[in-house]
Amino acid sequence: MSLLDVQGLTIRYGDETVVDGVDLFIDRGESVGLVGESGSGKSQSALAILGLLPRQAIATGSIEFDGQQILGASDSVLNTLRARRIGIVFQDPMQALNPYLRIGTQLRQIPLTHGLCEKTEIDARVIDMLASVGLPDPERQFRAYPHELSGGMRQRVMLASALIAEPDLLIADEPTTALDVTVQAQILDLLEDMRDNTALLLITHDLGIVAGHCEHTIVLDRGRLVEQGPTTSVFAAPNHAHTKTLLAAAPRVDRGDVPEPVKGSTILSVGDAVVDYRDLQAVSKVSFSVKKGETVAVVGESGSGKSSLVRAMLGLIPMASGRVVYAGSHLEGPVESRAQAPRRDLQLIFQDPVSALNPQMRVQAIVGEPLLVHEPRLNAAARAERVTEILERVGLSQKFLRRFPHELSGGQAQRVAIARALILNPRVLVCDEAVAALDGSVREQVLNVLREVQADTGLSIIFISHDLAVVRSISHRVLVMYLGRLVEMADSQSLFAAPKHPYTRALLDSVPVPDPVAVQKRAPLRGEVPSPVNPPDGCVFHPRCPKADDRCASKAPALRDFNGVRVACHYPNA
Amino acid sequence: MLRYTVLRILGAIPTLLLVIALAFLMVHAAPGGPFDDERALPADVEANIAAAYHLDEPLPQQFLRYMSGLLQGDLGPSYRYRDYTVGELIGTAFPYSLKLGAMAMALALLLGVSAGTVAALRQGTALDKVVMGFSMTGISIPVFVIAPVLVLFLAVKLQWLPAGWSSATGMSRYLLPVITLALPQIAYIARLTRASMIDVLGRDFIRTAHAQGLGTATVVRVHALKPAMLPVLSYMGPAIAAILTGSVVVEEIFGIPGLGQFFVRGALNRDYTLVLGIVVFYASLIVLLNLLVDILYGAIDPRVRYR
Repeated sequence: MSLLDVQGLTIRYGDETVVDGVDLFIDRGESVGLVGESGSGKSQSALAILGLLPRQAIATGSIEFDGQQILGASDSVLNTLRARRIGIVFQDPMQALNPYLRIGTQLRQIPLTHGLCEKTEIDARVIDMLASVGLPDPERQFRAYPHELSGGMRQRVMLASALIAEPDLLIADEPTTALDVTVQAQILDLLEDMRDNTALLLITHDLGIVAGHCEHTIVLDRGRLVEQGPTTSVFAAPNHAHTKTLLAAAPRVDRGDVPEPVKGSTILSVGDAVVDYRDLQAVSKVSFSVKKGETVAVVGESGSGKSSLVRAMLGLIPMASGRVVYAGSHLEGPVESRAQAPRRDLQLIFQDPVSALNPQMRVQAIVGEPLLVHEPRLNAAARAERVTEILERVGLSQKFLRRFPHELSGGQAQRVAIARALILNPRVLVCDEAVAALDGSVREQVLNVLREVQADTGLSIIFISHDLAVVRSISHRVLVMYLGRLVEMADSQSLFAAPKHPYTRALLDSVPVPDPVAVQKRAPLRGEVPSPVNPPDGCVFHPRCPKADDRCASKAPALRDFNGVRVACHYPNA
Repeated sequence: MLRYTVLRILGAIPTLLLVIALAFLMVHAAPGGPFDDERALPADVEANIAAAYHLDEPLPQQFLRYMSGLLQGDLGPSYRYRDYTVGELIGTAFPYSLKLGAMAMALALLLGVSAGTVAALRQGTALDKVVMGFSMTGISIPVFVIAPVLVLFLAVKLQWLPAGWSSATGMSRYLLPVITLALPQIAYIARLTRASMIDVLGRDFIRTAHAQGLGTATVVRVHALKPAMLPVLSYMGPAIAAILTGSVVVEEIFGIPGLGQFFVRGALNRDYTLVLGIVVFYASLIVLLNLLVDILYGAIDPRVRYR
């Protein structure tokens, strides 16, 4: 008998069916990956297994856990299963942990409620658990509040809370989506180490994570189960068209075409840029340039200063020192004080298109607005024509003109944001994590729009991203930043073939590859990105670097040139 | 933390000065004086009294004289209660007002928070609607209407409780005034609690707590109550002010010899020093209690940092 036996699970909200007749089995000790894009019903299914669906949801079918029917079970029955038999880790540990309570106070409720041990031993048990998920100084973390911990440490706490009662099934709902890629690798490894004989239901949109961690794979599409089977066969020979689409849309960091370097004249350059915030330096003396028609990616984990760098370049935040040269002239001061021409030529799109679009304006007004500022003599008819034209270019038909932002999907909204940025025919487009919030297939469409516009108009793109697989497929050149410093700058072909900086190497190795047979050489980085308030002495990367020695701890390496590749490391890879 | 408290207390000084100056101007701007009576006094007597109380001096000089006394902790003599200083009057009257206000506030918090929490947990049910209906009524009816209605039913018709202060002894005589004073606050706190509890119960960390198998009572007590109390705590400042002003009316209606009664009499009699004394005392009290609320806020929400 299966540990978990779900049959014909259907979940409805009013007239809307979010999960439609899903069957799912998990045996003891087995690891199952549940994959799907947003709205596929994967998280709803997980909540149903714990009986945690909101009141207005109507669930039918059957969910049996170890012979116990969960649908329709009373809270008192469910509460004997929750944590004790089925543990869960949620996506964002900042939201999932109570910010008002000390970590110990929250975690000790679990052994207390389930009577796992004597009352006098509860604190010791919690501290033991915190130690075993790799929290340094667990006695101190026991008394800490969640906001005092880093994202990775918070997720370790979450994992401790899910495993402290030694459940038979662990559900992990997008457990690493909110984390940096090097920390993601650590948490996934920890998950493997800790779970032992606990069965795992791993819910994710990332095929790479499933490929590396699950024996069995289930694919959901708009509430329906479209494919299931052993992970190796699902990846090697997918049956359903949707699985094929998902696999095709999943970019790989380890293979695939990398754009050729661009030859041409420099259009924009930034020299020795420094950005200071109150008690920290976000960007330390970074220089780079962009050629006409070139896509330059800026990559790095949170706190690397990649967004601060481009925002200071655009004049959106103050640049403490350094220079920005666009088309031969210096750009200085805040964006409001700059001349109209460079403001028109440099455009920016953001990560979250929905909050970047005014909810009270229709698409037509949103996209046409820049024209009112920069081409005020245009009459309404000419303006409307330009709007229609640019919407067509990003693949949106006229029927979108009268829509409001909330009537658009994420991908459509991002295309509207791109249209608004492109309507002035800019020379440089800055994309700040512009595709990070989009599902795989939609992300491909948006990237294709950018590629086409670039091919047609010679647009230069500065592409800020944490996702190296996407970067590989779109950028000609890559800047790697760590703690506000530029550590490596190379054309994409050399960087992805042979990264010179150990940090770049580690970043590439940490990205999960959507291929269960590809042998991943994994050497997860130790620790997490240190606080930029107190950057380490010497090379800022040395505390986490596998190659570091005394020299790295004492002397910061200068950026040196190796056949066109610039690296800041005492011991670069060959 | 200590630095923050000291800074906050120092920051209150300009506020207090402004309040005192305004109150000083307003009592003096009102027509009439403390010694005007139906029977006019002889001119020389009036001049003597004015000189004795320095009322013949120009206003700015009177203000400086008052302020210098205040700095030495002297609120001055009462003009009407001739044998008492204002300090002594406050000392005898305040314990009644304090008891009344504290009990009303305690009752309001206890009933308001409980009713709001229950309504939030039973959101949309008949119980929720009854609680919210009562609370809307409580907010809408002013104290001077509630008081006579309560007296009419509970004291006159049913004879359960004493109607006035002088007709009873002990704690029972506090009951009606406390209920009257607390009722609008119970209603408002219930609404606040319900709204913020519903918000908190919808947060992700509450789902986590349920996922850990904690019962609803534990989830509310351990996880939800603290954050849900933040808006209620923010309201404590205005609530304290509302209870203080409410007590002026309630003390007058029920005949309680508290500060409110002295305040009303003082204002009617142009007893400048008495009115000013009570204003200074209440203003300081409100500033102090608000500071306490802010400190408590930091204790509940660890992410609030004092700078």
